[in-house]
Amino acid sequence: MEDITKKRYANGKPKLKRFHQAKWDEPIIFELSTEGERGILPPEVEDEIKHMVGDVISHIPEKMRRKEPPKLPELAQPRVLRHYLRLSQETLGADLNIDVGQGTCTMKYSPKINEQLARMPQMTELHPLQPEETVQGILEIMYKFEQILKEISGLDKFSFQPGGGSQAIYTNASIIRAYHESRGEADKKTEIITTIFSHPSNAACARTAGFRVITIYPSEDGYPDIEALKAAVSEHTAGLMITNPEDTGIFNPKIEEFVKIVHEVGGLCAYDQANTNGILGITRAKEAGFDLCHFNLHKAFSAPHGCGGPAVGAVGATKELAEFLPIPVIEFDGDRYYLDYNRPKSIGKVRSWYGVAPVVLKAYAWVMSLGAEGLREVSEIAVLNNNYLLKKMLEIPGVSAPYAKGKRRVEQVRYSWEKLAKDTGVHSEDIGIRAADFGVHYWTSHHPWIVPEPCTLEPTESYSKTELDEYAEIIKHVANEAYTNPEIVKTAPHNSTIHRIDHAPLDDPSQWAITWRAYRRKVSKEHE
Amino acid sequence: MKRKKLGLIVNPIAGIGGRVGLKGSDGIEIQKKALELGAVPLSLDRTIEALEVLKPIKDDIELITYPSEMGEDATKKCSFDSMVIGSIVKGRTTAEDTKKAAKEMLHTNVDLILFAGGDGTARDVYDAIGGEMPVLGIPTGVKIQSAVFAINPKSAGELTVSYLRGECDVREAEVMDIDEEAVRRGIVVPKLYGYLKIPFQKRLVQGAKVPSSSGDKEAMEAIALEVTDRMKDDCLYIIGPGTTTRAILSKMGLNKTLIGVDVVFRGSLIGTDVNEKQLLELIKNHKAKMIVTPIGGQGYIFGRGNHQISAEVIKKVGRDNILVIATPEKIHSLGGRPILVDTGSREVDEMLKGYVRVITGYREEIVYKVSC
Repeated sequence: MEDITKKRYANGKPKLKRFHQAKWDEPIIFELSTEGERGILPPEVEDEIKHMVGDVISHIPEKMRRKEPPKLPELAQPRVLRHYLRLSQETLGADLNIDVGQGTCTMKYSPKINEQLARMPQMTELHPLQPEETVQGILEIMYKFEQILKEISGLDKFSFQPGGGSQAIYTNASIIRAYHESRGEADKKTEIITTIFSHPSNAACARTAGFRVITIYPSEDGYPDIEALKAAVSEHTAGLMITNPEDTGIFNPKIEEFVKIVHEVGGLCAYDQANTNGILGITRAKEAGFDLCHFNLHKAFSAPHGCGGPAVGAVGATKELAEFLPIPVIEFDGDRYYLDYNRPKSIGKVRSWYGVAPVVLKAYAWVMSLGAEGLREVSEIAVLNNNYLLKKMLEIPGVSAPYAKGKRRVEQVRYSWEKLAKDTGVHSEDIGIRAADFGVHYWTSHHPWIVPEPCTLEPTESYSKTELDEYAEIIKHVANEAYTNPEIVKTAPHNSTIHRIDHAPLDDPSQWAITWRAYRRKVSKEHE
Repeated sequence: MKRKKLGLIVNPIAGIGGRVGLKGSDGIEIQKKALELGAVPLSLDRTIEALEVLKPIKDDIELITYPSEMGEDATKKCSFDSMVIGSIVKGRTTAEDTKKAAKEMLHTNVDLILFAGGDGTARDVYDAIGGEMPVLGIPTGVKIQSAVFAINPKSAGELTVSYLRGECDVREAEVMDIDEEAVRRGIVVPKLYGYLKIPFQKRLVQGAKVPSSSGDKEAMEAIALEVTDRMKDDCLYIIGPGTTTRAILSKMGLNKTLIGVDVVFRGSLIGTDVNEKQLLELIKNHKAKMIVTPIGGQGYIFGRGNHQISAEVIKKVGRDNILVIATPEKIHSLGGRPILVDTGSREVDEMLKGYVRVITGYREEIVYKVSC
């Protein structure tokens, strides 16, 4: 009999996967529609019921009734099922690949039991408009999870209302504005300082909230430049909004000093803790002196990314700033949990309701399964994994980890393929696309590309040594190909659903179509 | 891909002076001297390096070039079919040949002219065709102060491929040159000659997580809005050369001297293409602010292409009254290297050193290091 193990393993290690992605050439669901085709044909209602209920439609106000039925695609159930299964095969989802390539996103494995909890009818059948006394359970969980985040950050009060990281950052910018307004200094305090390696949402949200944005470049060693900060602060400084560790995986060793310099001119400091997965239970916003912070529950706290949401960007504030948090906040009077709307200084609402409850539930379940020590262990393993992968990566020709020479990184690393690009003409995006031929995903970096030919890897605590070895082996293989057969990398992908796509139309609104209706409108216009 | 026409001009003697320490290759005498000193022209090899990158789209381009060492040799070495036009005297080509070649290619309606050379070659191309059509430099010369060159031959090839594939925008870039005669006497006087159109790859849209970034033009308009918002009636404004500063005057409905210095007061031009003396006269009894942008590929805000704004003018205006503007793209293209000043006065250079708040958009600034 054939030894099947030999095909897939060499010296006890898995060989590169002979992967090939499914390619269905699947139409858009609207194109699959056949008039009159139905998924379910419910039986006619019995006369007796009809008689008792009467005309159901008449209960809906006249002006709210549709004149014509919605133009939904008409398909039989098995065709719908096939359609979405095929589409799902054309992705490189987090559950399908060794997902360490999407640095800054903390793509950890989220235990399925937490999904099951969130899908229990006790959760799914709740409605945010229910009276408080009927939703004491979820309010209790949200309140208790707030106590957990207070401990993790050292700050005093949290809101779960923002539906994602950027909205949380926007909330923090709004709180900074409200604080200065409350002191009659809004006209003077007009500037927010950030760093170029902070998540770009810090600059964008500060702008959206009406501030002028001053961005600091790193010093030569890649650390945020404290001299530049000193040159940037003034009486106009409203606040500092930064990520730490930055997207390079480098922790700012002078963070306390940064905060002090901004406090001295009357500014507030907001800590973007999207990159918190390597510092849980190790260092806190409070000790660095921050006034505000936010955590992405869909990153470090294991409520999975929801493909653009809904998620939760939990915003934390010190006692002094708690009164500005969005309404409502969840309170406990020793007997019952309730929503407090009576907060005159609140910035108001940044989103409906009080946070995406199933997301908070998943995060709560995840933390409770770990305990305080387990949470710290998560970070320790995430850092260990990252530095192991760093060591493996640096053995590959053409790659480097710029800045902070000889120092380790926290939970992620921004690598540079500058040398490989110079040597071979193969660029970082090419490597990522070729890596997809082996069934793994890989990401470059946010723009602007301060680090040339960047790639950002974040292994989290979820992956084993064998899996990290496998990932590094794939990247090494691709780098070797770049040196020996660059064409195969430049013309990749070879085993994927689609070939390279031209990104230029993303800059041109006339070429976008986000809905089928918009697409048809634009196409028919072109053909006129 | 629709078949595209690509022009190729090689300045065969570009770079010949560098290896033997002659600081340039302008002038027949110098070229002779360089050859005597054992110089080897680099143009051929570097052009081939760029052409190699074009091989995958070989069948989609019609290559038009000049005879023997001015392009034909390079295309033959890479086994590219090419249409050879014009005529030269072998071994004795001059600046005039470059100009002639560029003009003829303009008339054959090529989509892009790829030229190999240095600042002198760029100037010749500029003299011949101005900004009438896109060009791109393969850097082979000794002096590369102009911003019309790709970083290296390979990236010149890559940029050409993506331009011909229709994946690029076009932008204006500086043609700079220094007077080589003066340099050999120890004086460096870089001048801004004008602007050529070059392909510009945004490389700014990668994946869903990346916000789409606006183009160069939009970035300049945003800066212009910021600057005009800040302008006050009691102050006159010295506007340095450049396309970014031009956007400010365009916004005000005024015409800018692209390679010169203009002065604006209360929304009107009170001086166009002024020299140092005129500037000093204008600001003698008047509050003035100055708006400058990095010129050329190396990030100089003073001392390259804007000598009218002398050390004395800068001193008089004062450090706090200098507004530095640059598109974010320009700042990122410095790759972490500082903005530079070279005013000719140590005292003024020292005064300008440190950190500057560069206006990069509407209500957006970057704090950046200035060095000399």
